[in-house]
Amino acid sequence: MITITHYMAVSAILFSIGTIGVLTRRNAIVIFMCVELMLNAVNLTFIALSSHLGNMDGQVFVFFIMTVAAAEAAVGLALMIAFFRNGDSVDVEDFSLLKW
Amino acid sequence: MYDKLWLIPLFPFIGFLINGLLGKRIKNEKVIGSIATLSIFCSFLVSCHYFLQLLGDDQKVHEVIITSWITAGPLHVNWGFLLDPLSGLMMMNVSGLATLITLYSIGYMHGEEGYFRFFSYMNLFAFAMLMLVLGNNALVMFVGWEGVGLCSYLLIGYYYEKQSASDAGKKAFVVNRVGDFGFLLGLFTLFWSLGQKGVWTINFTEIAASTQLLENGGLIVTIITLCFFLGATGKSAQIPLYTWLPDAMEGPTPVSALIHAATMVTAGVYMIARMNGLFAMAPDTMMVVAIVGASTALFAATIGLAQNDIKRVLAYSTVSQLGYMFLAMGVGAFSAGIFHLLTHAFFKACLFLGSGSVIHGMHHAFHHAHIHDDPQDMRNMGGLRKKMPITFITFLLSTLAISGIPFFSGFFSKDEILWWSFASTRGHWVLWLMGAVAALMTAFYMFRLVFMTFFGEQKTDARAKDHIPESPLVITFPLMVLAALATIGGFLGVPHVLGKLFGHVPNLIEHFLDPVFEHTQHLHQLHAHGTAATEFSFMGVSVGIAVVGIGVAWIMYCKNPQLPGKLVAVFPKLHRAVFNKWYIDEFYDALIVNPTKRAGTVLWQIFDARFVDGIVNGVAWTVKGVGKTLRYTQSGYTHNYAMSMVIGVVAIIAVYVFN
Amino acid sequence: MEILQLLFFYLVAFVTIVSGLCVVLCKNPINSAISLVMTFFCLAIFYVTLHAPFMAAIQIMVYAGAIMVLIIFVMMLLNQGAEVVARCRHAVVGAVVAAGIMMLQVLVTLKHGDVSGVVGPVNSAMIEEVGHTELIGQALFTDFLFPFEIASILLLVAIVGAVVLAKREV
Repeated sequence: MITITHYMAVSAILFSIGTIGVLTRRNAIVIFMCVELMLNAVNLTFIALSSHLGNMDGQVFVFFIMTVAAAEAAVGLALMIAFFRNGDSVDVEDFSLLKW
Repeated sequence: MYDKLWLIPLFPFIGFLINGLLGKRIKNEKVIGSIATLSIFCSFLVSCHYFLQLLGDDQKVHEVIITSWITAGPLHVNWGFLLDPLSGLMMMNVSGLATLITLYSIGYMHGEEGYFRFFSYMNLFAFAMLMLVLGNNALVMFVGWEGVGLCSYLLIGYYYEKQSASDAGKKAFVVNRVGDFGFLLGLFTLFWSLGQKGVWTINFTEIAASTQLLENGGLIVTIITLCFFLGATGKSAQIPLYTWLPDAMEGPTPVSALIHAATMVTAGVYMIARMNGLFAMAPDTMMVVAIVGASTALFAATIGLAQNDIKRVLAYSTVSQLGYMFLAMGVGAFSAGIFHLLTHAFFKACLFLGSGSVIHGMHHAFHHAHIHDDPQDMRNMGGLRKKMPITFITFLLSTLAISGIPFFSGFFSKDEILWWSFASTRGHWVLWLMGAVAALMTAFYMFRLVFMTFFGEQKTDARAKDHIPESPLVITFPLMVLAALATIGGFLGVPHVLGKLFGHVPNLIEHFLDPVFEHTQHLHQLHAHGTAATEFSFMGVSVGIAVVGIGVAWIMYCKNPQLPGKLVAVFPKLHRAVFNKWYIDEFYDALIVNPTKRAGTVLWQIFDARFVDGIVNGVAWTVKGVGKTLRYTQSGYTHNYAMSMVIGVVAIIAVYVFN
Repeated sequence: MEILQLLFFYLVAFVTIVSGLCVVLCKNPINSAISLVMTFFCLAIFYVTLHAPFMAAIQIMVYAGAIMVLIIFVMMLLNQGAEVVARCRHAVVGAVVAAGIMMLQVLVTLKHGDVSGVVGPVNSAMIEEVGHTELIGQALFTDFLFPFEIASILLLVAIVGAVVLAKREV
């Protein structure tokens, strides 16, 4: 029997993998994809819990998360292009201007 | 009927506002002076109206509440006025003298820098003094009390660019703070101790009505009254806080006349009279008051003997006369004290204004001749009676009054005090003796002043001596009014024995003040008892003393002018001590001022510079150090920030898991 | 039947996790992107098994379709190639440890915790009868109308922002 816990566990593992990616990769685009991975892990929990509780609110939330993700993708990738144009690189370690 | 009482202090306040805010633009001296004088004169007219109304009224105590001021717990304080014979007399005294002296100032202050400033201060003073006198509770009185202190400070330091004047102003203020501290402590203790008995009040009539709740002669009453008396010594320049008054002569002469002779310095006397019921309950305090008063009268008189500055002699004379008033309060002769307050206000204001007239003339002459001699030094004067006849006559009349020559005002009031100090139930012959010796000295130094200034050869520099004019009418008119009052004012309070002698002349002032003091005097058996013959003999002795004093002065300064020099040569040390005011200022400097300064320096260098600054700088250094360490966390690398976020998430989940 | 369902679940879960790992581990970003698409597909399968076919459809259309195309398009535009220098070792170790602790914590919570929340009326039979899309639509246009409109404004702003940021000269 597949329980809610199974989906949650998969979601937790995916989320952690995404976290590792954000923390270890240097390419901004890959980091961005890892963030998407984390978002999707969260989406999975939302939908799993929504169907478990018989409540549509969770799925509506996922809908909004997708909207925000789309917006984020548009703006984030535009930022990356601007970055690249500025420093000929999308390596986040080349951008450490936010410091003392 | 009395509900427009607030107009009395309001007029000077309006004058103060006009001159204080617009005076700099008005510029015209006549306009400024007229505004100031008229505003006080209006207040005087209103005072007259209410005073006459009070005279014809059967009920003698009236309270007018304007509005509520402070309500905190059981404390309810109103802005309110109290009109009774005592405050009525004081209000007449203050507004009348202030009118005359402001009028005088128009002439005296002519051409001075900051003319408008002087007049606005004078009006503010009149306002504050009237609030002090008319306030129906101790807090309103305290507002006035502080207000007159402020004006005194401002006016002493009127010539603020002069170091000695600004120092004198500061000294007056600081010394007065000591007294005010006593006043406040007394007020707090009184409020608290009456509150313990269920009456939370600082209203004078309520205090008077509930004093019997306190233990008669008990410790609490003694402490309260001693605190109030400390306040009185500060304001009224008694031992040990008298030192500021002689220095206060740095202010313009009208200020000395109004504030430091006639009105403000008598505030302490007024305060004791206002709380007579309370003071009468503390015989120990009364004794202290009497002793301090008598000692001050004697002590200040000795210093007055050897001063050469005309205003300083008068200043010490004022201190001495205030001592008499306190002596009167101390032996329970409240109405005699208030009577002396009034007569003293007349003759001392006249004396000060007269000396101002002389100084004005001398200054004019020196200025004309371009000499920089001191226009206040009596050794530069002499023979002025021909140059300034009106000033001379008025001055002489007032001097006769202060010396206690019969039928001048000072004779009646001073003699009554002396009689009470001997014959009162709280009197003692030692007190009388001190008062009598002080009277001898008073007669001597006052006539020394007159002889040195107006008689004998003119010692003024030859270039200046022909340019000493008589002062204009605006100056001499107040002199004449005051001299007249000083001459005849005594008949307000003819002693009973004399009154009988001349066919039932009543003691008007005592009778008038009866509603205020009779109850207390009756309750505590404060009476002077003695046969008429004894009283007459005391009067005789007083007159004798005055005549002897005048005679000695005549011998030393008119008949045989070399005598003082010889005496000084015989007793050089004594003369130096007296001339230097018994080194009291130096003593205070050594005992209080310098240790305070040293303590201040020590506190500054150790406590402030090390400790307080240490805390302040320490905080800054700590923040700086922490920031220096923490700034290494701001690497600018996105990964590090993301990592700290993850660590935070881990921590938050950990809290959730372990709960 | 249940065993089959379970086996299917484990298979999909395995593929999801492996492709997720590939996203993180591949040196070439293009490979990462392809793995991510794989992950999205697996998630869509999960959605179908959870009786949310509409969500599965938009997962594929929006994520696997639109967003991934955008990402790959940008990658090709920037022409980056594989990452040459990896992050230093202790950073990687630290990241793995932190993420591992977080995963463990969540799993422990899942094991001991209980799911609770606002229980709604929707069940699989109702979804069969009414249709998933209609249910979502009803929720979206009644209770969530205002957030829905706000989301449209957000998208508009994002479009404008993207244009402004990516334009060569401002």
